[in-house]
Amino acid sequence: MNITEKILAKASGKTTVQPGEIVDANVDTIMIHDLTGPLAVEAFKKIGTEKVWNNKKVVVILDHQVPAESIKAAELHKTMRQFAKDQQLRIYDVGRGGVCHQVMPEKGHVVPGTVIVGADSHTCTYGAFGAFATGIGSTEAAAVMATGKIWLKVPVAIRINVDGKFGKYITPKDLVLNIIGKLGVDGAIYKSAEFTGRTIREMSIAGRMTICNMAVEMGAKNGIVEPDETTRKFLQDRVKTLPDFAALGSDKDSTYEQTVAFNVAELEPQVACPSSVDNVKPISEIGDVPVDQAFIGSCTNGRMEDLRLAAQIMKGKKVKDGVRALVIPASMEVYKRALTEGLTETFTEAGAMVCGPACGPCLGGHIGLLAAEETCVSTSNRNFIGRMGSKEANVYLASPATVAASAVTGKITDPRTLEAKQ
Amino acid sequence: MKVSGPAIKFGKNIDTDVILPGKYLVLVDPYDLAKHALEGLDPDFPDKAKKGVIIVGGKNFGCGSSREQAPLALKYSGVKCVVAETFARIFFRNAINIGLPVIECKGISAAVDEGDELSVDFEAGTVQNLSKGKSFQVAKLPPFILEILSDGGLIENLRRRMKK
Repeated sequence: MNITEKILAKASGKTTVQPGEIVDANVDTIMIHDLTGPLAVEAFKKIGTEKVWNNKKVVVILDHQVPAESIKAAELHKTMRQFAKDQQLRIYDVGRGGVCHQVMPEKGHVVPGTVIVGADSHTCTYGAFGAFATGIGSTEAAAVMATGKIWLKVPVAIRINVDGKFGKYITPKDLVLNIIGKLGVDGAIYKSAEFTGRTIREMSIAGRMTICNMAVEMGAKNGIVEPDETTRKFLQDRVKTLPDFAALGSDKDSTYEQTVAFNVAELEPQVACPSSVDNVKPISEIGDVPVDQAFIGSCTNGRMEDLRLAAQIMKGKKVKDGVRALVIPASMEVYKRALTEGLTETFTEAGAMVCGPACGPCLGGHIGLLAAEETCVSTSNRNFIGRMGSKEANVYLASPATVAASAVTGKITDPRTLEAKQ
Repeated sequence: MKVSGPAIKFGKNIDTDVILPGKYLVLVDPYDLAKHALEGLDPDFPDKAKKGVIIVGGKNFGCGSSREQAPLALKYSGVKCVVAETFARIFFRNAINIGLPVIECKGISAAVDEGDELSVDFEAGTVQNLSKGKSFQVAKLPPFILEILSDGGLIENLRRRMKK
């Protein structure tokens, strides 16, 4: 069995499972947030059970519309706080957490080998730690909170094997955009995407998170990386007991529908052009694209190594006149470290605005929305029509290095062409 | 379970941001959500859907976010069923869980013109284009999913099962 099959077999009390088989899995952890949570709470109340199945396994995170930008959002937050209080759930409120997919692993809610569901499509991010993690809707979240179980079809798996060393200013974001561009937005639909190979083994946790985060953008049910020493280092002080990683890994005779090979050695910066995540081009083919806004942040690229890279490029430079640059650390932990390391100062000196941890402009709900005919270059994960505000606006997706370079020049720019001050 | 109605056609990769833009996620009344259904592609959609319609979509219908407000907006605008080449998995589950029937039908896009009268029989696993006299046999949904749909959604289904 591969790692995903092993996790699903264990969670459903079986010794073995086959792709296509429907299993009734025990859920280890469930996460709900301020936009999907209120519907889940309403549905939970309709079911008629008084208490959630296990209050230690339900996590509530306020991150999308925070701090509340409207009375409507404030009411939703109030609903979530009350529910967390009534059910005695762990809640990460404004100023205590940040973007859900960053907070979950940081605060020790992600354990390799477990089944995690979240009422958010980017829940697949936790596959970076060797967990089976997938997004669900609000009603399903209510059912999981009531029963602790979920039906899942064991997915067919594809293996994405990556080799080669990244060049200067080329990042895991460029790799995942390259993968999605090649496989398409439905290239892994209903499937498990298992990332393997030397490049993945040498990749940091932050990089693995970026890649697994975007697995859903090619339709995947989950993205996953076998846990190793890098995983252990990140989790050892955050999680009480870690499982045996060796037993979790994919067996040598695991079956995959397909193995796709990528090599990053010659990769140039990649950009996903409007309005589909698979409309990916190497930056040399982009042409002249002036930008109005540059956004660095989100569950895809709001971590320390993303901010360090962006700061390295922006240090001593100014954001181009007429461009607004927004930097949003993904969590309070990242926010504090950015302050300590002087990154916040670098960004503010450059004329960028550093905001508090939240989803920000990514989903066009709160902070940094776009007007008609405006263009944003963003480190986030979706460039759909209307995603970031006006449906006549354009969103280009790129790496933190590319976005930082573009903020400085005012048009989409290959970061390798800017001289970086150390 | 059977549904029928005129078809409204959409292309491939119809994402949840065009089905229901993020700025409306703070709305809680499903009828308020319905006013903005598919606003990203056709601002007149809620008017067209009022009479009760079947959406015909291409591949990967409902890709993107896990927002259940997307299928809710469709259901309350008057959509009786979505037939698509393939669905994004979260949208597919969400639709079933809120009681909006969805079914995969390979080749449907090419076989339907806007306004054609369609009929879907979930037990039999058939999709018919009555206007053109064409019929498709499709993979049937598993019995437990049909049960959720005929109960009107997952919550109603759970309530019934928990009473037993």
